[in-house]
Amino acid sequence: MKFVDEYRDGSAARTLADTIARTVTRPWTIMEVCGGQTHTIVKYGIDRLLPKEVELVHGPGCPVCVTSLEMIDRAHAIASWPGVIFCSFGDMLRVPGSRADLLQLKSQGADIRVVYSPLDAVNLAAAHPNRKVVFFAIGFETTAPPNAMAVWLARKRKLRNFSVLVSHVLVPPMMTALLSAPDNRVQGFLGAGHVCTVMGLSEYVPIAKQFGVPIVATGFEPLDLLEGILRTVQQLEEGRGEVENQYARAVRPEGNPASRQLIADVFEVCDRKWRGVGLISQSGFALREEYRDHDAERLFEVDHIETHESSVCISGQILKGLKKPHDCPAFGKECSPQTPLGATMVSSEGACAAYFAYGRHLESRTARELPLVPVV
Amino acid sequence: MCLGIPGKVTETYREHDVLMGKVDFGGVFKRVCLEHVPEVQIGEYVLVHVGFALTRIDEAEATRVFALLKELDQLGELEEAPP
Repeated sequence: MKFVDEYRDGSAARTLADTIARTVTRPWTIMEVCGGQTHTIVKYGIDRLLPKEVELVHGPGCPVCVTSLEMIDRAHAIASWPGVIFCSFGDMLRVPGSRADLLQLKSQGADIRVVYSPLDAVNLAAAHPNRKVVFFAIGFETTAPPNAMAVWLARKRKLRNFSVLVSHVLVPPMMTALLSAPDNRVQGFLGAGHVCTVMGLSEYVPIAKQFGVPIVATGFEPLDLLEGILRTVQQLEEGRGEVENQYARAVRPEGNPASRQLIADVFEVCDRKWRGVGLISQSGFALREEYRDHDAERLFEVDHIETHESSVCISGQILKGLKKPHDCPAFGKECSPQTPLGATMVSSEGACAAYFAYGRHLESRTARELPLVPVV
Repeated sequence: MCLGIPGKVTETYREHDVLMGKVDFGGVFKRVCLEHVPEVQIGEYVLVHVGFALTRIDEAEATRVFALLKELDQLGELEEAPP
């Protein structure tokens, strides 16, 4: 596929990795923000192409992972409501709430539909005027324009039976929260490229300035990531902390003005609780008052929700870049994608799920547990 | 989750007063909302996330990394060349 295959060339990747090795003189810790980037890094073994001085830590950039358990339980309560058609992206189906996941609720009779696009959920509402269609609107800034468009379009088409359960999260406040923590280890960021296609680069300039960290907006293919790492390492070695754009084929400095306008019309910034991390002030989107008729949180009263998280799970520390999946005693044992204990295992883009999918739990076992047998 | 796939616009039309189009992802066709890339022409590439085009792909910028790689290769050859 054009604009995909050419960015997966092995010898080009080697050239970039060699250049990184020639550039680096001391240890650096770099965080890739987005879960899609984590997935590419582990899938292609990009972390293993790098010199030992460059450590990649995996950020909380997977919206499925960081959706709070309270919100998931709320979604499940609404999905079980009589007459509701509950629509969700496929990634959310297997995420366990306190009692079940969406697939289990479906098997118990709830009408749960996987949609490719929020706009498909709007069409479902038009096709089923006597049913209440609820869309679970999760995501970072990348997903905010399509979700906002769905709400805007439903209002324009007077589809009063369409509503959204909003659990949007925002990248810049999360980066500020990580950098402000006393135990922070992150010295540079690979910025989430698709978030930047929408919002542009301007929000990152004050963060780079305040904390003196390089932030390089980076794409999702192997060559994108290696070039993003190279540009971050070059800045670190030169003592610079600036915003750069590796992903210029998709990211304009101003983002997408039409998308930013629609987001501002439909959403307002709110405080948001992140699974594994906790409450981050001004780190989410909620529907504006003008769209209250489409706000599932107001339309469906849900009883008090009490949640319980695993005490073994270290996903909070992984999401902050303090630990790796291997550091967790439950990783690959009682915690797996089939039986996830916490945020980083619930979606394929979580760091633990990515490590598991590409067999890294087996490697750690081999190294730690298998007896050494002499080769005869 | 923030998956963005590049695809080629093969058709545009309006539906409920919103710009829509048919986009070719290496042989798989999907209907996509093009409302936020209003200037897009048939044959151009857009980056699509959950049925919504986020941006047009800039073809000139897309080749920049290969120019850098060529430079790096030449640099590598110079460094490896015997004195």
